[in-house]
Amino acid sequence: MILQQLADGLILGSIIALGAIGLTLTYAILRFANFAHGEFLTFGAYLALLALGQFQALSTATFGPLSFGWPLLASLAVAILATAGLALLLDRLLFARLGRAGVAIAVVMGSFGAALALRNLLFFAFGGEPQYYSRAIQIALPLLPRSVLGGVRVTPDQLAVLGITVLLVIAMHLFLARATLGRAMRAVAHNPQLATVTGIDVAAVVRWTWIIGAGLAAVAGVFAGLTVQIRPTMGLDLLLPLFAAVILGGIGSPLGAVLGGLIVGIAESLAVPLVGAEYRAAVAFLLLILILLVRPTGLFGERG
Amino acid sequence: MLQVDRLVAGYEPGLPIVRGASIQVVRGEIVAVLGPNGAGKSTLIKAIAGLVRVESGEVRFDGQDLRRLPAHRLVRAGLAFVPQTENVFANLTIQENLELAGFFLGRRRCQERVGAMFELFPDLARQRTLPAGRLSGGQRQMLAVARALLVEPGMIMLDEPSAGLSPRLVAEVFAKLAEVRAEGTTILMVEQNVKAALALADRAYVLAEGRERLSGRAAELASHGDLASLFLGGAGR
Repeated sequence: MILQQLADGLILGSIIALGAIGLTLTYAILRFANFAHGEFLTFGAYLALLALGQFQALSTATFGPLSFGWPLLASLAVAILATAGLALLLDRLLFARLGRAGVAIAVVMGSFGAALALRNLLFFAFGGEPQYYSRAIQIALPLLPRSVLGGVRVTPDQLAVLGITVLLVIAMHLFLARATLGRAMRAVAHNPQLATVTGIDVAAVVRWTWIIGAGLAAVAGVFAGLTVQIRPTMGLDLLLPLFAAVILGGIGSPLGAVLGGLIVGIAESLAVPLVGAEYRAAVAFLLLILILLVRPTGLFGERG
Repeated sequence: MLQVDRLVAGYEPGLPIVRGASIQVVRGEIVAVLGPNGAGKSTLIKAIAGLVRVESGEVRFDGQDLRRLPAHRLVRAGLAFVPQTENVFANLTIQENLELAGFFLGRRRCQERVGAMFELFPDLARQRTLPAGRLSGGQRQMLAVARALLVEPGMIMLDEPSAGLSPRLVAEVFAKLAEVRAEGTTILMVEQNVKAALALADRAYVLAEGRERLSGRAAELASHGDLASLFLGGAGR
């Protein structure tokens, strides 16, 4: 059983990790905790669902054992672009205006309000019933036999989610380490004024941060929808694990967020047999408190 | 090269810290802006760099109106700025700090300039993969100057380059600045260390209460009778 829980936790953790990368970047560069980030995941999932309805009219073919094919990948691209657009719109209409007032808590409360409005908009548009990208039943493949600590079974979709997440995390790491824009993002996160005098257009970096953060959130939302289900509250349910992952990894550290996401996902999954599924969310909360008490700067955060 | 006329600037609207200051820097000069704490020296240099709100007055660099230029475009216009503190990206390596400064030069030119900076600052070259956050105060100041020089600006502005450095390091940094000027770069610096600044500069301005109160050749100012009284809170002549 324990290996199965580890595998489940790894898949959940990879989805949390993708969402947490965007959250940690916005936290570090925009300097506020965006409580609407969970809604970016939800919006991504629903926007992909909407687009899928259109693309499936063109093709219903799937990739081998997976439940999806090109239509979902095309829908994912639409969701990434549209969620990035939503983030830019929110920034222009709300966050940037509140930020100019110079009261940090106003921006945080603004993000609370935006989250509420977006979530209820989704309830209004789609209702509260769970929805799915595919109703096809997937057979879980045995990766390890039952004789080895209870064995491990995963669906092809779960394996695809894990594989794509690994590729995205590597791409993000290389982007931040080597690309000019990636380095500019790290520079702005460290010192926006110094970045300005170095010739970096901080406003442009902020826009790209929204685009990348919201884009990754959309991918996480689609993956959550693919491996679990699509609900208007899916982002809200993931918000606490996202923050726990960001703080565990150290604010501003994308690699830390990935590691934090995996730790939170695995901890939640391992806790199910101990405390029951209904209390699994409390694990992220307990982890969050523990991190703040023991190492407030997180695993990869800068001290001081 | 740089012409600042009747500049009024500050952090809050209606509460100017610089109150009508005028200074001029000619190509090839080292000009120091001196003054007691709170005189508005740093605010003046930050206002020129576009980092502080300007209420009125003019700032022209090579004939270009800097007030119309976004702050991040100044370095491309040939005017680089080295802040007093936190003047390197501590989370990036020395090499990354320099490469980032030259991002708009194109890859090949940027690498050439990084090489040139490593020749000028061999101490930095030896530690190129070290995060800048682990450098000593003097090394950070050298990296900050190298970062500013990388784009071959016509002029660099430094906000208290001696701040927090030991006398030995101040001498090292100022010797490097003399080298930089010898290579043809104009320098405007704000300084608290009057003796060291006047020894290096060609000309100097003394600011008090947001305006220049004294100006002239550095050697003459060093022995000017009003210099001490301005630093002790007097209004000068």
